[in-house]
Amino acid sequence: MDLYEYQAKDLFAAHGVPVLPGRTVDTASDAEAAAGEIGGAVVVKAQVKVGGRGKAGGVKLAENPPEAKEKAEKILGLDIKGHVVHRVLVTEASDIAEEYYFSFLLDRSNRTFLAMASAEGGMEIEELAVERPEALARVPIDAIAGVDKAKADEIVTKAKLPAAVADEAAEVIVKLWDTFVGEDATLVEVNPLVRDPQDKIIALDGKVTLDENADFRHEAHAALVDERTENPLEAKAKAKGLNYVKLDDGQVGIIGNGAGLVMSTLDVVAYAGESHGGMKPANFLDIGGGASAEVMAAGLDVILGDSDVRSVFVNVFGGITACDAVANGIVEALKILGDDATKPLVVRLDGNNVDEGRRILAEANHPLVTVVGTMDDAAAKAAELAAKAGA
Amino acid sequence: MSIFLNENSKVIVQGLTGSEGMKHGRKMLASGTQLVGGVNARKAGTSVDVDGTSVPIFGGVEEAMKETGADVSVLFVPPKFAKDAAVEAIDAGIGLAVVITEGIPVHDSAWFWAHACANGNRTRIIGPNCPGIISPGRSLAGIIPANISGPGKMGLVSKSGTLTYQMMYELRDVGFSTGIGIGGDPIIGTTHIDALEAFESDPETEAIVMIGEIGGDAEERAADFIKSNVTKPVVGYVAGFTAPEGKTMGHAGAIVSGSAGTAQAKKEALEAAGVKVGKTPTETADLARSLVS
Repeated sequence: MDLYEYQAKDLFAAHGVPVLPGRTVDTASDAEAAAGEIGGAVVVKAQVKVGGRGKAGGVKLAENPPEAKEKAEKILGLDIKGHVVHRVLVTEASDIAEEYYFSFLLDRSNRTFLAMASAEGGMEIEELAVERPEALARVPIDAIAGVDKAKADEIVTKAKLPAAVADEAAEVIVKLWDTFVGEDATLVEVNPLVRDPQDKIIALDGKVTLDENADFRHEAHAALVDERTENPLEAKAKAKGLNYVKLDDGQVGIIGNGAGLVMSTLDVVAYAGESHGGMKPANFLDIGGGASAEVMAAGLDVILGDSDVRSVFVNVFGGITACDAVANGIVEALKILGDDATKPLVVRLDGNNVDEGRRILAEANHPLVTVVGTMDDAAAKAAELAAKAGA
Repeated sequence: MSIFLNENSKVIVQGLTGSEGMKHGRKMLASGTQLVGGVNARKAGTSVDVDGTSVPIFGGVEEAMKETGADVSVLFVPPKFAKDAAVEAIDAGIGLAVVITEGIPVHDSAWFWAHACANGNRTRIIGPNCPGIISPGRSLAGIIPANISGPGKMGLVSKSGTLTYQMMYELRDVGFSTGIGIGGDPIIGTTHIDALEAFESDPETEAIVMIGEIGGDAEERAADFIKSNVTKPVVGYVAGFTAPEGKTMGHAGAIVSGSAGTAQAKKEALEAAGVKVGKTPTETADLARSLVS
């Protein structure tokens, strides 16, 4: 789960990382009040989970409270790369002497963690990595040894941070590591990490991604979920415990078991769609190993509620699950949904007890259901039906 | 032959007394696996009946190894306890630990992987979040349905569980020396490269199917490895051409790997290494079939 800047900074503060005082508000008049409380010049910052806010006009300096209100009015409601701004952070304006870059992240290739740091912060890290790779220090971190002061000193030295702030920067890095481990983060990024005129080190921005697998040991993380920005279909699926992702510009609803097979199903449908009016998959939905009637009904309910969907492709390989159980699930699900089920279903079953599964579907003889033998043919059929429904 | 697992492998299950452990312990035994014990500290000294076979329960992995000669452990342990269970298997120095558990925090996986490295990699880890490994007709360590395909000449390595099943089903006429699901988590033990290397030196394996998916750069690295180290024919499949950009993988992650992690980039890397890449699982299976005698 990606966090907003203000959430990331709250976690930083809780772990002793220096941040500037600020308040998050949802309205322009609250922004004015917040600016009054903070005093002096403030920065009004859009809270969206996407980079490039500054360039998009989502970060503005305000000299006084009325100006903060005016700036907040401009920023709230702004669409930044598809993310609408519902909330702004009003924070003390800082005097910046220098800007640095810092992050801790997962290094999948080396199966460990990595610290990345540079004395040249502020610019987009993607640009820095390409244009000045020698300026970006990459230091592998042993997951067990972690980052103590000595390791942090090594990072600071490799990143060529100035001697005047080296010691304090290293202390901040140790605290950022505490945040990374203590919160079960997969990314902690500070860009920029700044040096103020008094040589104090401050995390001026913050980007944190949390590992949802670790939610069981972080009760407080549940409160960080922002339901307002979730897609309504995704929110509905989540409430039913389904692993669902809505895709743009698709017409074929997809249900399958296992993330890999479902991903493959999306590709096979898009490929088949090339011969059927450019039909594309409308979603990712993995019903997992169980595939009970209830789960199947819940999945169909979400997909049939998607107005983009014109046909549905149910693609199940019975590995641990038996196909007869899946077939019964489909039949029961259609009974549960009754008249709400209105779109054609193409079903492909293979694997464990496939003959019995196909027999159950043939016997039920539901007018909406077509059983097709192979994955490729079934994808073509689903794309064809979707194209027809749109014609 | 086969890789990593054969008819002589002696398998224990950490978590055998739990519902998943028992369900799959039963299937492993039925498929011919030498299931020699279970581990559960609270039930040490007892035994469980697995379809008529009495399987002893030990207090720890080390004890189970000493008593039974076990060299493989399969972990069906809830995410919360998986790190400790894996560390126990590593400390005992068992040859192979197959971590089936889904949903282990990545900091825990990173920790036990670092621990395995610090112990000189005496323990090969497969997973976590994987279906395990099967050498059909010989042994099964995991949850791969043993009835999909029999033994044969094909080697299979895949990140995804259900695509492993699908591919084994497609190529059931050819059969498999070994099929491995290495798992889709960001940090895993055995990689595509490890499996490719082992298949290359396994005389029974004639051709290799490699299945990848979006994220990370494991496939690109495997492609480099194939170019210089693999003489046997390899056929590839990559899932995720139409999947949206991963939500958990930020730009910083892409920089580290030096690759965009897209399916297209992986496909191109594999093709540049001389690997034929199928558009669908079925087409991939057809390509693979054409490569064996």
